[in-house]
Amino acid sequence: MAMCGIIGVMDRKRRTMDGSGIRQALSMMNERGSGEGAGYVAYGVYPDYRDCYALHVFFDNIRENKIIVDAALEQWGTIEHDEAIPTYDQPNLRSVHTPWRYFFKPDPSLAPASTSPEDDIVSALVMRINTARRGALIFSSGKNVGVFKAGGWPEDVADFYRIEDYEGYTWLAHNRYPTNTPGWWGGAHPFNLLGWSVVHNGEITSYGTNRRYIESLGYICTMYTDTEVVAYLIDLLVRRHDLDLDLAVRALAPPFWEEIDRMPEAKQEWNRALRLTYAPAMMNGPFAIVAADADTMVGFTDRSKLRPMVVGECADRLYISSEEAAIRAMEPKVESITMPAAGEPVIGRVAP
Amino acid sequence: MTIGSLPPRYRISIDPVRCMECERCIENCSYGVFRRDGERILVNSRNCTACHRCIACCPRDAISLEEQPCDYRSHPLWTREAREAIYNQARTGKIILAGMGNALDYPIIFDRLVLDACQVTNPSLDPLREPIELRTHIGKKPAKLDLRRRENGDVELLTPIAPNLRVETPIMIGHMSYGAISLNAQVAMARAAKEAGTFMGTGEGGLHSAIYPYQDRMIVQVASGRFGVNIDYLERGAAIEIKIGQGAKPGIGGHLPGEKVCEEVSRTRMIPQGSDAISPAPHHDIYSIEDLAQLVRALKEATEWKKPVFVKIAAVHNASAIAAGIARSPADAVVIDGFRGGTGAAPRVFRDHVGIPIEAAVASVDAKLRDQGIRNEISVIASGGIRGSADVAKAIALGADAVYIGTAALVAMGCRVCGNCYRGLCPWGIATQRPDLVERLNPDVASEQVANLIHAWTLELAELLGAAGINSIESLRGNRDRLRGYMLDESLMQVLDVRQVGA
Repeated sequence: MAMCGIIGVMDRKRRTMDGSGIRQALSMMNERGSGEGAGYVAYGVYPDYRDCYALHVFFDNIRENKIIVDAALEQWGTIEHDEAIPTYDQPNLRSVHTPWRYFFKPDPSLAPASTSPEDDIVSALVMRINTARRGALIFSSGKNVGVFKAGGWPEDVADFYRIEDYEGYTWLAHNRYPTNTPGWWGGAHPFNLLGWSVVHNGEITSYGTNRRYIESLGYICTMYTDTEVVAYLIDLLVRRHDLDLDLAVRALAPPFWEEIDRMPEAKQEWNRALRLTYAPAMMNGPFAIVAADADTMVGFTDRSKLRPMVVGECADRLYISSEEAAIRAMEPKVESITMPAAGEPVIGRVAP
Repeated sequence: MTIGSLPPRYRISIDPVRCMECERCIENCSYGVFRRDGERILVNSRNCTACHRCIACCPRDAISLEEQPCDYRSHPLWTREAREAIYNQARTGKIILAGMGNALDYPIIFDRLVLDACQVTNPSLDPLREPIELRTHIGKKPAKLDLRRRENGDVELLTPIAPNLRVETPIMIGHMSYGAISLNAQVAMARAAKEAGTFMGTGEGGLHSAIYPYQDRMIVQVASGRFGVNIDYLERGAAIEIKIGQGAKPGIGGHLPGEKVCEEVSRTRMIPQGSDAISPAPHHDIYSIEDLAQLVRALKEATEWKKPVFVKIAAVHNASAIAAGIARSPADAVVIDGFRGGTGAAPRVFRDHVGIPIEAAVASVDAKLRDQGIRNEISVIASGGIRGSADVAKAIALGADAVYIGTAALVAMGCRVCGNCYRGLCPWGIATQRPDLVERLNPDVASEQVANLIHAWTLELAELLGAAGINSIESLRGNRDRLRGYMLDESLMQVLDVRQVGA
């Protein structure tokens, strides 16, 4: 992706916002998009099913493809509820998939060797179903979180899902100017795996290295676009390797050797270890990324900051975006606007 | 007469108008092409090896050289080489020896791969203005890190990190032994390695005391003959390499002709003067992968686990599985030496026919290690036929951490790739032990040239990376998305895991 506009907002007290604000913010950045893809993710949208994994699926053909997903899910757990995601026809949006959602409880006894059996079952199911390419693509798989995306302008995608009907305390959104895979709904952002969702502006020049690394550790890239790998890298580093989020970000966008060489001995040692161990996870090329899970939102850029990123704060709300104008569209009274240095992560956490 | 004399390979001629009879050609030619006869300099072209020494030293450009002045009847199958090998063996009944790398006309895969650059959608980077990192660490890496946060917020590293070699550029100098090459040549390259922030291999010839000042830049080799190996030798090196095989002659041991075993070589190798140094085909304490793991451990124990241990294998058909076995031992790096790798002396049949190209070998080793989820835990060094910075970049994009150069470093010191290294008469003072010839190579000048070469390639690599929008070499490693195959067949592109141009 070349340009793209991204924005994230988090309410640290978990007070929810409906989707109309972020819809408006995102449309402020239409110059950064091309009307070929947009998407939203919201945390806290499914309080009634908060203990279930909410699986959002694009079906190519509901009659033929759905039985396959039903069977796979029933084999590994219980479908508490499933339904079509409500959509509303838009004149400028050609509906090529049927969006569906499952509220799913995996059976942990089926993965007895795992320390996190439920997560492992769900992520394995996502990989398996998406790789099979049988007309079903799971594009959202966390608890109490939902991704809503499609090919089109942000307003049309928002109206297609009636995004203002959803209430979330953290939102990420993305306005796409695709160069890799125009039109493909799976290629729209946000990308999600389990708890983590990612929106990204940039082009990852190390994608070939990152993809091969992550695929050697059990992930499979199926979306034909570079951002997907970021969601998996964060899942690997934070969930599976148990790194603190700031250290995971440091592994993805590490300091230059020149800076490491100037650090005090002990700091040098772990920074060097981080670069050596996670060399194939390091992301190169221009990027600004906002990622979130149920408790956290993080924004970071490449080591040279070749893509813009501004941070706004207003009372309990933290905003991270490509454009100040987008933040101001959502929060005209924003109290502070800052521009973090290259590679320096901005991390917000909700109150426990 | 049964076979008779074969046509000379080269014809040397001297332009009598230009020649000033200074006799520099006579002095410089160690193969005996030139001699004075009264007022003229006579030429015996039959002795010529095309080493170009005479041409390089002639002050009047009076000497010209023609290759194959006399043709055989052309035939696609019965080439000149095929016929001459038969004449030679019909006469001698022996194995034909050859020097330098594979001389058969196989396609060169590197030349059918093209690199990528950025346009519009992401900015190319300018190495003059922005950092481009080429620093590479060769050695074992952990699969994951255990970092704990102390109460004061400081980060504590709980995972032990094995010692790694820190190389400032992914270009290292491979193993060329003292014996195969002269001490001046080895000193020159060792000095260049130090100067360039890289490392160099000793080969299997031990470590001469003249190299001690550069020992922290030397990778000491343990080969099947164990020449020169003792605890002092192991402790002096920055790393240790077990040589299982060599790309120029997979499956057989080394051979240093007795003529090259002078007094100093004899002392350094710990073998009698004038005796052929023949290392056995296998290590006689390594008949299996578990034996290899034992030797790796033994060498690590002997040096208190302070030094990385590399294992070098020739690129053979099953190289990827062998490398995966090596990765499971405590070894820190696996060196893959492709079938174009150079040598001082190898049976021609091995040099030209055994083994596989480095491009395919590295690609499959990298893929196999990834399949097993252990790629980043061990370093992969590619060698055998690296001619320039583009080859370095392509080898790294195919999955190598770094490369070894050999022939290229010799060429930087004047070598013309004449391929007669095994005769010990190298007029450039490189592949010889004859004191008057060795003296011709000035280590001060030669080391600067080798360092220049590494520096120049390093600059070019930085430019190539910057153009690809990559500011650190690790993001090129195994990044085959940044390569395209041009006129490669589909099955080979599958092995290399690259797409074709335009795709």
